[in-house]
Amino acid sequence: MKKLVLFIPLVVFLGMGVFLYKGLFLNPQQLDSALEGKPIPAFQLEVLEKSGETVTNETLKGKVGLLNVWATWCPSCKYEHPFLMTLARQKILPIYGINYRDDRPLAIRELSREGNPYAINIYDHDGRLGLDLGVYGAPESFLIDHKGIIRYRYAGPIDRNVWKDTLYPMVQQLQAEAAKDGAS
Amino acid sequence: MKGLSALVLLVSMVSIVNATPVDTYEFKSVDNQKRALSLAHSLRCPQCQNQNLIDSNSPVAQDLRLEVYQMVDEGKGDDEIVEFMTSRYGEFVLYKPRMEAKTYALWLGPVALLLFGGLIGFFFIRKQRIAEATNQELSTEEQEELDRLLKRDAK
Repeated sequence: MKKLVLFIPLVVFLGMGVFLYKGLFLNPQQLDSALEGKPIPAFQLEVLEKSGETVTNETLKGKVGLLNVWATWCPSCKYEHPFLMTLARQKILPIYGINYRDDRPLAIRELSREGNPYAINIYDHDGRLGLDLGVYGAPESFLIDHKGIIRYRYAGPIDRNVWKDTLYPMVQQLQAEAAKDGAS
Repeated sequence: MKGLSALVLLVSMVSIVNATPVDTYEFKSVDNQKRALSLAHSLRCPQCQNQNLIDSNSPVAQDLRLEVYQMVDEGKGDDEIVEFMTSRYGEFVLYKPRMEAKTYALWLGPVALLLFGGLIGFFFIRKQRIAEATNQELSTEEQEELDRLLKRDAK
């Protein structure tokens, strides 16, 4: 019994070791979103290409979708863009763009030159929607389910690997949920 | 003379370090300004991660800073503003984490470690004292044995 007491420091050390070792592999850039499980914040904004036409949070309901925050000033968004184009061609789910703190003519020109993967583009000029979504940098993407609930947030550019390993399995799961709800 | 100019230089450098980004925001009162600034100091910029909202120049920090200022001027309470921030950016934005179930280890861990260490120290010292007290006296047999050994070595 007395011998066992001598092992307490070793146990404490190993416990802390495991804890700290795990900490080494956390990515500090990848913050948990406080909004997962919550509905898309209420908003009413103009469509990027058509001033005067408005989009609200209700517009985005009904389908599993990908909300993608982008801007012309964001280099990682340019990196991400070709993959979004591929994704849009596959027609797996609608991609909604949030044009974040951007210049309207510049953004429109960028899309007409590089291609437009977005089903709808929301013009968030003053970044209010971005603020309500807890966006801290672009690009960021949000997976929403058919009820308009945010289910997952991915910070950083989406590429083939991120899509294959993380997002696509979740999309399939959410679409299965949507199909079940539609059937019942 | 040299010392004086060095002092002047030092003072001017210190005042540069203390400079905060100049926002063209006019507070309704000095009290509001004080409260808003201290609140913004206690909130972490989600983008730059190790700067508070005042120190950071990132656009997100600027937005959030302004948001905090406006909310203070609207007469919103500290709790309400902190809630606004954490509901969007998570607990991460708080430099001082809240006391709740998942942060107990964080808050109480150091105290527990201190107590644990103190306890070990206490028992260790007491045990040594007891050992010292009991081992001082030799029995007569032991004394004889010791004398015999010492004599043998002396020869």
